[in-house]
Amino acid sequence: MLSLEAINKNYGTVVANRDASLTVATGEIHAVVGENGAGKTTLLRIAAGELRADSGRVMLDDRDVSGWSVTEAIAAGVGMVHQHFMLVPTLTVTENMILGREPVFLDRRRASQAVRDLSESTGLAVDPEAKVSDLSVGEAQRVEILKALYRGATLLILDEPTAVLSLPEVDDLWKVLRALRDHGSTVILITHKLDEVMAIADTVTVMRNGQTVGQFQTSEVTPADLALAMVGRELAEFFTPAQRPMMNAAPVLEIENLVVGQAVDGVSFTVAPGEIFGIAGVEGNGQHELIEAIAGYAKVTSGSIRRGGTPIERLSVRRRGELGIAHIPDDRQRRGLVLDYTVAENLILGRERSFGRVRLDRMKMAIEAQRLITAFDIRPHDPRRLARTLSGGNQQKVVVAREMGGIRDFHVLLAAQPTRGVDIGALETIHAHFRLARSEGRSVVLVSSDLSELLALADRIAVMLRGRFVTVVDRADASAEVIGRYMAGAA
Amino acid sequence: MKALFPVLVGALVALVVGDVLILGVGQSPADVYRLLLEGTWGNPYGFAQVLYKATTLTFTGLAVALALRAGLFNIGAEAQLALGGFAASVAGLALPIHTPAFLAIVVCVVAAAAGGAVGGAVPGALNAWFGANEVITTILLNFVVLFFLNWVVTAHLHVPETVHTPALTNGIVPRLSVLIPAFRGSAANATVLLAIAAAVVTGWFVFRTRFGYELRAVGLSPDAAEAAGIVLPRVRVATFTLAGALAGMGGTNFVLGYKHYYEDGFTGGAGLIGIAVALAGRAHPIGIMLAALAFATLSQGGLAIHALVPKQMADILQGVVILAIAIASASRARS
Repeated sequence: MLSLEAINKNYGTVVANRDASLTVATGEIHAVVGENGAGKTTLLRIAAGELRADSGRVMLDDRDVSGWSVTEAIAAGVGMVHQHFMLVPTLTVTENMILGREPVFLDRRRASQAVRDLSESTGLAVDPEAKVSDLSVGEAQRVEILKALYRGATLLILDEPTAVLSLPEVDDLWKVLRALRDHGSTVILITHKLDEVMAIADTVTVMRNGQTVGQFQTSEVTPADLALAMVGRELAEFFTPAQRPMMNAAPVLEIENLVVGQAVDGVSFTVAPGEIFGIAGVEGNGQHELIEAIAGYAKVTSGSIRRGGTPIERLSVRRRGELGIAHIPDDRQRRGLVLDYTVAENLILGRERSFGRVRLDRMKMAIEAQRLITAFDIRPHDPRRLARTLSGGNQQKVVVAREMGGIRDFHVLLAAQPTRGVDIGALETIHAHFRLARSEGRSVVLVSSDLSELLALADRIAVMLRGRFVTVVDRADASAEVIGRYMAGAA
Repeated sequence: MKALFPVLVGALVALVVGDVLILGVGQSPADVYRLLLEGTWGNPYGFAQVLYKATTLTFTGLAVALALRAGLFNIGAEAQLALGGFAASVAGLALPIHTPAFLAIVVCVVAAAAGGAVGGAVPGALNAWFGANEVITTILLNFVVLFFLNWVVTAHLHVPETVHTPALTNGIVPRLSVLIPAFRGSAANATVLLAIAAAVVTGWFVFRTRFGYELRAVGLSPDAAEAAGIVLPRVRVATFTLAGALAGMGGTNFVLGYKHYYEDGFTGGAGLIGIAVALAGRAHPIGIMLAALAFATLSQGGLAIHALVPKQMADILQGVVILAIAIASASRARS
């Protein structure tokens, strides 16, 4: 039995795990589910000895193994298979297996026979002599699992193993995992796909915001229960708007049959002036690509996007911005900010043309920075601080301030996961600005994996599943139960 | 201060390695270093020679640094330098005899910048349009350009029995010895002022202008720059073109200021040492000028210490400095 008790782990100012606990019984398939950023991978990397917890205990069969190394974990039979393969592409399967534990004199024939035996006994079919670079991703993953087993793993941790697999490969993987369990091994499966949990897991632990919020027997829960647990049950009281959105006025944004690669598969909707249009869904169902396509930096495969009646799907990001589209990207550190720029510099990103034709007007920049820092309460109140040194919530306030309060006016704000990972104070500042924008007749397209946020803000909520909208409900008809059911694809 | 750490490490390691080498050939390090300083900063001629060598290195250092600021690696300063020098010589030869001296210099400098700009625009465009890695294209273009110029000069433009063009009739930049007689015999010339001006303007451009702001944003975070509407390919082509122009202007030092003709192979690795200058100078104009002086001192000092140790010693020290700085920078980036 493996158990993690009251694990805390911080990366700088970011909290990855907060009093997280997990108990996995020997001989079961145990799923750990949660949204991206919920802390699943961090928690299990601590279990596998790859990371050290700030506090808390790791217990293996009543032995305290807290802070052990990967080598110790492997010796004790705990092995982890990562989302990104850690194989040497130019070596053969066998060579990869023995890498790091190769004997002084290499008996290639015996090693490759051992791999073949293991492959046959587990049903993980691979050719021991094949070069890894010639393998499909499904085969490469089998090699990774074999590698862990070859090293004697009896407790196997798999991080999002199906992300790279085709459907038949997923079925094969399930067969292998069941066989392993039936031979007495333990499997921990990290995933955010609920159908996988229902298909394969005996037990499931749900994580949210770095915490473990519950453990269930899979046979006793529905996908909708799990979806609810993942996104949070506590519902903010409904906010009653002073005015209704102008549903009869000309729409500010019209999306028609939008297709973006494989991710978005024919989405249509319109947004009215003064409307907050929410998009719910388990992450990875196309929301990210939908927003990037509207903002202008993901390529539209087909379909149209109209802003106030003007087709914009071929316009540059900058032109779209000038036509009144603001954008809060879901990955603020990568897309929203230049971390090594100061707060003042970040507050003009994308609007730098308003601050000088040749020379940037430092004075004008300083005034703008002072104004936004005060209006959005960005702390510390220092425009010369590097964005990198701010807390997550204040970094997000910089992005929100620039997009919503900056020198360029907007009509539609595309907000993707605007409050993820931010503290409660920043969250309230951001929500207040969304409501203010709405009351001024501006519109927001709000993508969130936090149901309570959508229910507190949105006028309508669409649910996105596998690249499509499966439903669009008015707020009056929306509840966590209804949305959760659609999110799980069970409606 | 933290940014200077790799530079200090580099200097320290070079000092230690230098001591070991000098002791190895049976000389006293103190004597050799004294000779090195006396032969460079210790007399007017040596100092002027340091200025001469630092001039070219400042230009190529700036060319590498500008690209670095946009997240690009410009290994092609060698070719851009050669193209600039060649273009300056062609302009100087082509201008009518009675062109006013100042106008002729301006035309030749602009030609040098334009020649280098072409050498920068090509890898820039290949990167922007086809995604070709600029490190590879600039390395390969170095060969293409240098051999092409070799062919043009030796087949069509050379003075018989030499590998250089005829002497220029126009565009000649005065030596510094005109003003400071003590510099007599040295190649140092007024293009050193152009180098200082280029460093100042480049600094202003990168840190004070709107385009510089966009350029640094692309270098620091291309994803955020793209999301903000900055068109990455456009910035990359423009940056590479300007970097090429900077390196190209470096060609005026030799062609207009020293020999007054284009000579095959005049670049002599100055474009490649420019990479070291840019790294040691932390891609900052003042740092680059200081680094250019330091590398020029090593290069000129190598000649001075010849009496005691092989002059390759200075080349080895240059190599050690570059390696140590690179390793110190990389290990800091990882930690």
